[in-house]
Order: sequence, then C-alpha cells, then structure tokens
Amino acid sequence: MTQPRDFGFDEETGMLKDAAQRFFEEKRPLEKMRPHLAGTEDPYHGSARTVWFDQENWREIQALGWHLLAVPEAVGGIGMGLVPATAIQEEIGRAACPTPLTGTLQSTFVLRAAEANTLLTRIAEGASMALAIHGEDGSLEPGSTDVTANGTRLSGTSWYVQDIQKADMFIVSARSKQGVGLYMVEATNCDLEQDKIVDLTRDQGRIVMNDVQAELITEPGKGEEVLASALPAILTLLAADIVGAAEWQLQATADYAKVRSQFDRPIGFFQAVKHPIVNMMISVDETRSLVYNSASAFDHDPEDALRCALMAKASASETASFCSNRSTQLHGGIGFTWESDVQIYHKRQMHSQFLYGDASWHRSKLAELL
Amino acid sequence: MAAYRLKLLLVENMSEQTTQTERDEFREYCQRWLNENRPPPTNVPLPQNAYEVTYHEHRAYLCDWQAKCYEAQLIGTDVAKEYGGHGHTEFQAIASAEVRKARVPYFINWIGLGMTAPTLLVHGTEEQKKRFLPPIFSAEEIWCQGFSEPGAGSDLVSLQTSAVKDGDSWIINGNKVWTSLGAISSWMLLLARNDKDDKYNGITYFLADMAHAGVTVRPIHKMTGESGFNEVFLEDVVIPDRHRVDEVGAGWKVAMSTLTSERGAAAGVGAVASSDSPLTAILQLIELAKTTKRNGVPVWDDPVARDRIVNLYVRIEATMQNARRTRVKALNGGSMRLPLQGKVVGSEIGQALNELALSVLGLKSSLYVGDEHAIDDGKWALGYMNTYTGTISGGSSEIQRNILGERVLGLPKTK
Repeated sequence: MTQPRDFGFDEETGMLKDAAQRFFEEKRPLEKMRPHLAGTEDPYHGSARTVWFDQENWREIQALGWHLLAVPEAVGGIGMGLVPATAIQEEIGRAACPTPLTGTLQSTFVLRAAEANTLLTRIAEGASMALAIHGEDGSLEPGSTDVTANGTRLSGTSWYVQDIQKADMFIVSARSKQGVGLYMVEATNCDLEQDKIVDLTRDQGRIVMNDVQAELITEPGKGEEVLASALPAILTLLAADIVGAAEWQLQATADYAKVRSQFDRPIGFFQAVKHPIVNMMISVDETRSLVYNSASAFDHDPEDALRCALMAKASASETASFCSNRSTQLHGGIGFTWESDVQIYHKRQMHSQFLYGDASWHRSKLAELL
Repeated sequence: MAAYRLKLLLVENMSEQTTQTERDEFREYCQRWLNENRPPPTNVPLPQNAYEVTYHEHRAYLCDWQAKCYEAQLIGTDVAKEYGGHGHTEFQAIASAEVRKARVPYFINWIGLGMTAPTLLVHGTEEQKKRFLPPIFSAEEIWCQGFSEPGAGSDLVSLQTSAVKDGDSWIINGNKVWTSLGAISSWMLLLARNDKDDKYNGITYFLADMAHAGVTVRPIHKMTGESGFNEVFLEDVVIPDRHRVDEVGAGWKVAMSTLTSERGAAAGVGAVASSDSPLTAILQLIELAKTTKRNGVPVWDDPVARDRIVNLYVRIEATMQNARRTRVKALNGGSMRLPLQGKVVGSEIGQALNELALSVLGLKSSLYVGDEHAIDDGKWALGYMNTYTGTISGGSSEIQRNILGERVLGLPKTK
C-alpha cells in the first residue's frame, strides 16, 4: 500500500485543526490553571500541588466529539483515523492543555488493535482512559510491567501513569505464566498515588493494585503484540504534542526577539539570536513532517507505520530538547521565571521528551529495521 | 516569491487536472524509459556534481544525455509547447523524482534549468522565452551565473560591474568570480550596476553572450584539486537591450527570484539534483558501516556510530517529508516557510553525512581519488570537501538563516 500524497489531510481534517486551534485560543487553559499553582512553587516548602483539572473543558471537548474521532462508527464513534487525531493533538500541545483527551486517544488505538469493541463503547459513553504500561524502571518494553495477573485479578504497581487523576479507567499491562496480557481497571477500584513531577500541565502517578478485579482486554501472551501494533499511534500522538508545543516556543521566542531591545536594537537583529531561532524552526518543521508522515502511514500503509513512528518520536524528542533549551536561553532572565509561560512549555517538553522512549532509544529500535 | 508565483502560474495554466491513472502511467513510462536508456559509463569517471564539469568529452556526453531526456519529455515536461516544453500538467515532479531515483547522470545545464528557465518564465519577454528556453532544455546552450564578484559575495547587492547605456546597447565592464560552468557556457545570467547611487534599484539583469569579444574566462582550482568554477573578466562587452530581463533597475528583484529557484523552490522545468539522492547516500553509508571493520568488528555494531548514522537517516527522511508537506497548503505553515529551508538544511545534512562517512572509514578516509586502496575510489573524502560548495555558494548558510529569520519569522533585518 502507498500513502496519499497529501498525508490524507483532507479538507475536513483541516477544518477540525483550525477549530481546535481557535478553541484553545479562546479557552486559554494555561490562564485558567495559573491560580491553582499559587503557593505550590517552592519545591521544599510549598504546599502539595493538588491536580487541577478543568472538568468544564473536558465536557466541552466531549461536546465537540474529539474523544470519538478514532472510535469506530459501529460502536458510536466517528470512525476517522490517526491523521485527524494527530491534528487535534498538535493543537493540544500548542496550548499545553492539561486534558485526558491524549490518553483517551492513545487508549482508543490500543482498544482498536485489540478489537475490544465493548470497551470502545465506554469511550463513546464519555469515559476517559489512560495507559498503565510502565514498570518501575520506566522502560518502554511492555514486558517490563511489574503487575502480575491471576486470572482477571491484578496485583502490583503500574508506574508513570499519565493523567492518573483525570482518567476514569486504565489499560494495564500485566504478566502471568502465559505472558503479558492487557486489562482494564476502574480508577475507583485502585489505590492511586500521585507523583510530584516537574511538568505542571500533566499529572502522573502509580496505580497500586492488590488483587484488583479487572476486565480482560487481550489474553495473556498477546498483550505485547497488541501494544506493538498500537505503538505507532501512541508515539505519533505524543510527537504531535511536542510539535505543537515547540511551535509555541518558536513563535514566542521570535516575538520576544522583536520587542526586547538591547544595544539600541531589538535582539532579533543580532545573528547570535536570529540564527538559533531559525534553527528552532528547522527542527520543528522536520519533526512536523515526520509526524504527519507517521500518522498517514498508520492510516494507509501499516507495514511502514513502525519505522515512520520511530522516526517521528526520535525527531520529536530532539526538537523538544532543542526548542526548550533555546526558548529559555533567548528569553533571558524573564524566561527563567515562574511567572513566564516559557517555563511551563519547557517543563512539558522535558516530560514529553522521555515519555514512551527518548531519541536514542527510538534510533536504536530504528537501527534494527535498517 | 517569484518561485511561488511560478508555481501558481503553472497551476493556473492547467486546462484540466491529470488523473491518478495518468500520473501512474507517466511514472511507469519514466521508469521504463530511464531503465532502457541508461547511458554507458564514461572512460574517466564523471565529477560528483554538475558544478565541476570541465573535460570536453564529459561535456559532450552530458549534453547528449540531457538532449535525449528532453526528447523523452523528462525535461520541460510541464512547460508550454510554444516555449519548447511538452505542455503537460503535473508531470514534471514525477519525471524529476524518477530521474533522481534512477541514479543516471546529472543534467549538465542545471543553471539553465534551475535558474534561467524559471526566471524567464516569470520575468522574460515572449521573444526571450521563445529564443532561450528550447536550447536550455536540449542543452544546446549551457548557462552560467554571473552574480558574485570579488567584493560582493554574501553581500551581493554591493556588486560593482557597470552597465552603461549606449544607444540600443549596454557596455559592460567588471569581473565575476566563482562562475560554475563558465568555461563551457554559451550564456551567462549577468547582474550589472546601471546606477552607482541607488544600491538596490540600480542593478539591471542581463543575458550575456559568452562568445562575445571582451569576455575572458580563467579557471580556478578548488581544495579538491578539481576545477569547474572560474573568474570571468568583462571588458567593454556589448549587450543588446533586447537581452535585458525586466525593467532597468529591477535586477535585484529578479535576482532574488532566481536565487529562490536555485534554492529548490521550483523544480518547475526539470530535475537539477546530482544523481545520488540523500536517501541513496545514507543507505550507502549504512552499507559502508556494515562492511567496514575496525578492531575486528563492523562499525555498525558500535552503538555510538550507529546512533549518529540513524540520526542522519531520520533527518533525511524529514527533508523528503518536508518536500511532500510543502505541497499541502493546510500543513505547510505558509508558502515560503518550507521552500526557503530546503537549501540550508539539504546542504548541511549532506555535509554531515559525508563527514560521518569519513569517521566510519577512520584512517582509510585518508586514501584519496586514484589510490589503489581507496574505498569507493576516494569518493567520500572528495564528496566531503565538495559539500562546502553547498553550504557556501548560492547564499551561504549564514545568509540563508538571515533570510529565513527575516522573511518567515519577521525578525529585524541584518543589513
């Protein structure tokens, strides 16, 4: 199979992306989040950060139907592919919006790979989901899970679970004698322990399970295979988030370089400032092209999807690191302050850079294909 | 901007869109034709790029090859028939892509195809288009570019070659430098100053006959030892006014559109790339790393070397996807954002790739062209040195970043 020349990015997807951009510009999620950070700044003496989650925003997103984008029509969804989901995710990243949509979209592709239609219906009914597929060492290999399954009862701890306070349900990878299987657990049945993390726009934590009743998604021994076929979508969505955030970093830095004056000129006049900003753009554009290539491969050329996704996330992790570094450096002192949004994006990118594998990990996986 | 306008022109001229079937058929035709008509290798190997062609036998061989490709409709594919084109729509990109993939010899008239033709299509008179375009496509007339001068490189607008009006003609005096193909060209794209007091609006764009009395060409040798570019001295050279492009004083504006074409925005008339695409080159490098042993193990087994190679592999795929995304309006971030990145990114990746090849080869990289033990006949060391042509000429990487920062991101101008 071959991909369409236009990445399958049709008019409808374009309208969707524009609508998402306008939505987040209007809703200003970071401005709404700011007051909830007050008093939590000091890492030694500040009060514990309670996860603030804009329920209203999530209801609005659901009213727009974005959580249903990739859910098959047969189970109440819209039945679109990864390309439109990627377009939405890029806008989420640009807005650095705290939302359970990312995890729900990722979960959708895992459930699709598992052909778990009943559970996909739950998304259509409004449930938010997140992936719980990491062990304590943060390895990406699904086999690294620290959770064990005894029939459909799970015990152990799932680490580095994103959106842990926002999601209603989790897709947990667990090991039994027959191998790794995938299971669905309800948040209300588990002990959730929140991590204290650098990123202010996400919440993360551990699911501690002690003989918790779960629902089987994929039978033991098949879990890794299902995760492997959904992995390209998981990586592509995360890479799209990075691209959106990096575009914000690029534009914010370029704008600042036009207004901040030193030596009687806007600092963007100086090539020592101008050229690194251009390098940010080059980095963003390389990643963006690889992200849409990856989404398009997933939808139209599945055999090439893994290679394309590894390239997208490898590139995205480099872009996250580079654009964050330059955005803070070129904003000077102001970008280093808590008050500036530059630090919020920087910390989101620091997190994204390592989620589901960093650049050198993905390059090493890619090398195996070459 | 002109390259973009050219693109619009080409699109507007489409009487009807081609169908996917027609495009597929044309692609198959290109593949078949290239496969069946691949020319035999030359006695002395061709230089790596069309920049360095100097030998007569190479010239004759390459002109013949380009003429055959033109006849086969791989060049001038989408250009109107009255200008010597083949009058198709949406076929040129296919032909160019297949030419690049086929690893056949490059087109010697890359300046004519990449700069003269796109410039004349936008700025030329009817007479100029009818007179000059057909022999560009057929390689009957090779073109060179007379922009840079000893005192005007990156700061091109400081050029001093003078043009003085004399009746229906212009008298040109000055000297040009770094003129690729100068020694074998019939025509030159020439920038000359008609007004000393108006820096930007005092330059006029001409088409200069290299056979004219007063034109002297002197070859320059590069760090590789090859020749290929030249100094060109112009002494009282007479150019008829009908060989002026656009208005008197519009030269800078026209030149900027030529440079935009050179930067790869408009492969509107034919492939101009050398025969090894970046993808081919990185796959060769991977093969090289797998077959080159150091301390008893293949270099590819060294995770550090492998990581660096795969990093470039990813970036090369990204540039190919950038080219694809350029054509998707909803995703390209504005008409010039991606096209203006092409030259700086492509040339720097090419340089990094060749440099990495040297580190894969280790001490073997010291063996140069002509040494019996040299790997791939020394092409990696030669190629590495030649990549500086890409990062310096046609607007250095530093100038490209100024242009990107100013035109795309709106940063204050460096003057």
